[in-house]
Amino acid sequence: MIEARGLCKTFQDKKRGVIQAVDKVSFTCKPGQIYSLLGANGAGKTTTLRMLATILEPTDGTAVVAGYDVIDHPEKVRANVGFLSTATALYPRLTAQELVEYFGRLNGLDEATLKKRVDDIFHRLEMDSFRDRRCDKLSTGMKQKTSIARTLVHDPPVMIFDEPTLGLDVMTARTIVTFIRECRDRGKTVIFSTHVMSEVEKLCDMVGIIQDGKLLDEGTLPHLREKYGDADLEEIFVKIVGPYHKAEA
Amino acid sequence: MNTRNIGFIYRKELTEWLRDRRTLISTVLVPLLAFPLLMTGISAVAISVIGKAQKEKATIVILGGEDSPKVVEDLRNVKEIEVVPTTPNWKERISNKEIRAAVAIPDGFEASLAKGDVKTVNIYFYEGDIKSGFGADHVEKYFKKYRDDVVKQRLEAKKLPANIIKPFDIKQENVAPPEKVSGAAFGGLIGYMVILLCMTGATYPAIDLTAGEKERGTMETILSSPVSRQDLVLGKFFLVLSAALATATLAVISMGMSFGVLGKFKAFGSSSQGQGLELHIGLKSVVSVFAMALPLAVFFAAVLMTIALFAKTYKEAQSYLVPMTFAVVIPAVASLLPGVELTPKLALIPILNTSLVCKEIVAGTYHWGMIGLIFASSCVYAAAGLFLAVKMFQRESVLFRS
Repeated sequence: MIEARGLCKTFQDKKRGVIQAVDKVSFTCKPGQIYSLLGANGAGKTTTLRMLATILEPTDGTAVVAGYDVIDHPEKVRANVGFLSTATALYPRLTAQELVEYFGRLNGLDEATLKKRVDDIFHRLEMDSFRDRRCDKLSTGMKQKTSIARTLVHDPPVMIFDEPTLGLDVMTARTIVTFIRECRDRGKTVIFSTHVMSEVEKLCDMVGIIQDGKLLDEGTLPHLREKYGDADLEEIFVKIVGPYHKAEA
Repeated sequence: MNTRNIGFIYRKELTEWLRDRRTLISTVLVPLLAFPLLMTGISAVAISVIGKAQKEKATIVILGGEDSPKVVEDLRNVKEIEVVPTTPNWKERISNKEIRAAVAIPDGFEASLAKGDVKTVNIYFYEGDIKSGFGADHVEKYFKKYRDDVVKQRLEAKKLPANIIKPFDIKQENVAPPEKVSGAAFGGLIGYMVILLCMTGATYPAIDLTAGEKERGTMETILSSPVSRQDLVLGKFFLVLSAALATATLAVISMGMSFGVLGKFKAFGSSSQGQGLELHIGLKSVVSVFAMALPLAVFFAAVLMTIALFAKTYKEAQSYLVPMTFAVVIPAVASLLPGVELTPKLALIPILNTSLVCKEIVAGTYHWGMIGLIFASSCVYAAAGLFLAVKMFQRESVLFRS
C-alpha cells in the first residue's frame, strides 16, 4: 500500500531561486494495483517517486509505504520497496549474481534464503547463462534483467518504477512491461512513472496526471474517458495539462 | 550503525577495487616499482655520467705562464688533462662546454716562488657542470701537490721537521648509532613518502566511490537499498583507508628493498671513516611511523571523499583534488627543511606534525609527550573529517547536485 499525503518538495537553485518540484501531491495505491504517474519531462514524477523510495526527503507532507512513514522510518520503507529506474545502474565490476547477492545481503537475507531466492529469480528470469558475467559485459537486456532481479531479491511488497523503459529497445521494454504486470498479479503494490501513453493504457489500473509538481487529476482509465468525453488518453492528457501550459505561456 | 552492512559494503567495494586495472596500477604497481626504478635509474645514470666524466681527459687552457716554463710543462704532463691553445674567448668556450677549465698563472710565478713571494693561481670553471668541475679539480690537485713540494723543500733547506707546519691532527668521529645516523639523513624522507603515498593511495578510490558512482548511476541504486547513509559512508571510507595504507605499505617495502639492493649510499654523504651511509631502520620505527600516519590516513580518506562527493563526474573530482596534493606536499616538505624542529605549536599543525615526528622516530628519538600530543590532535582532525564525510552523504543537495 502507498499513501501519499500532501507531498511537497522544494529545491534551491542558484539561478532560479526556490523551485517547487512537487506541490501537495496526495494519492493512494493499493496492493494488486498499478498506479501510473503520467506527466511531461520535469513534471515532478521522478521527485515524487524518489520521495516514496526515501531517496529524497519531503520538505512538507509525508507518505506511508508498506505501513511505514517515509520520514520516520526511511530504512524500513526501503526494505519493503523495490526501486527501478533508468538511473539505477549496475556495478560494472561485479557479476550479475554478485550484484543480486549484495543487495540481498543488504536487505538482511540470511545466506540459505539468499541462495534459494537468487537461484529461483535467475531461473525465472532466464539469467543462468550470464550469472557469472560481469555487469559491464552484459547486453542492455541482460542488464535490465539483472536490475529486475536486484529489485526482487528481497521480495518487497511495493514496487516503484521510474520511467523504467526510457531509452530501451522494444524487446527490452517488453520484458519490463511484462515484469510490472507480473508484480501486480503477485499482489504487489506497483507505482510507475512514464510519459508514454501506450504503456499506461496497457498496464495501469489508476492514472495520476502530474504537471508542474501538482497532481491535476486521477482516476481509472474508464473514469477519465467518461469525465473528459474522449477515448484517447493523449487527448485526455492534453485536455488536463493544456490549460496549465497556456497559463505558463 | 550496522556493522554487518558496513562489512558487506566494504567487501563489495574491495572486490570491485581489486578488479579495477587502474587501481592495480595506481595502488600496487606504481608504489612497488617507482622506488626501484627511480633509485636504480638515478644511480645508473649518475654512475654512468660521473664515470664518463672522470675518464674523460679535461681540456684546459693556460693563461699566462710564459715566464714559468716548468709549471706549464708539468701541467702538460698531467695525464688527466689536455692543454689546448688559448683563445681570447676562453670564458665563452668554458660556458659553451667546449673546454672544461682555464688556469691563470700569474706573471713571474716561478721567480716569485724562488723569492718567497705569495702569488695567487686562479682556476676558472663552469659551476654546476660536473665535467668542468673535474677539470678544475685536476688542475687544483696538481697545484696543491706543487705547493706541498715547495713547502717540503723549504723546510728541508732550513733543516726543519715536517711537523712544524702540522703541530697536531684534527679528526671528526661519529658516535651516534647507525640507526640515528641514517634516520637523520632519511627520516624526513620516509615520513614524507608515507604521508604523500597515503594521500595518493586514497585519491583514486575516494573519487571512484563518490563522484565515480554518481557518474555511473550506481549511487541511486545503493541509496534505494535499506542501508543507512552512515553505514554506506563508513563502508566506503574503510576501503579508501585500506587503499591509502596499502599504497604507503607497499611503497615503504619497496623503498626498503631498494635501499637494501643498492646497499651503501655514498652519494648521500659519508662518515669520517669514509664509510657510506647505510639505511638502518628497525621494525619498531616502521611500525611507529605507520601508527602515527594512521590517523592522518583516516583524515585524508575522509576529507578526500567529502570533496570528491561534491563533484558530479570523475573529471570534476580530479580537478578538485589535484590542488589538494599541494596542501599536503607543502607542509610535508617544510618538515624536511634544515632547522625545522618539533615544537608544541607545530605539533598541532596537521601533516607537518606527523612528518616531523616520523623524522624523529626513524632517527630513534621518541619524545612521548609530543608523540601523544600529535597522535591526539591527528585523531581529532580525523574524527572531524569523518564526521564531515558522514554529514555530506546525508545532504541531498550534494548527492543529487545537478
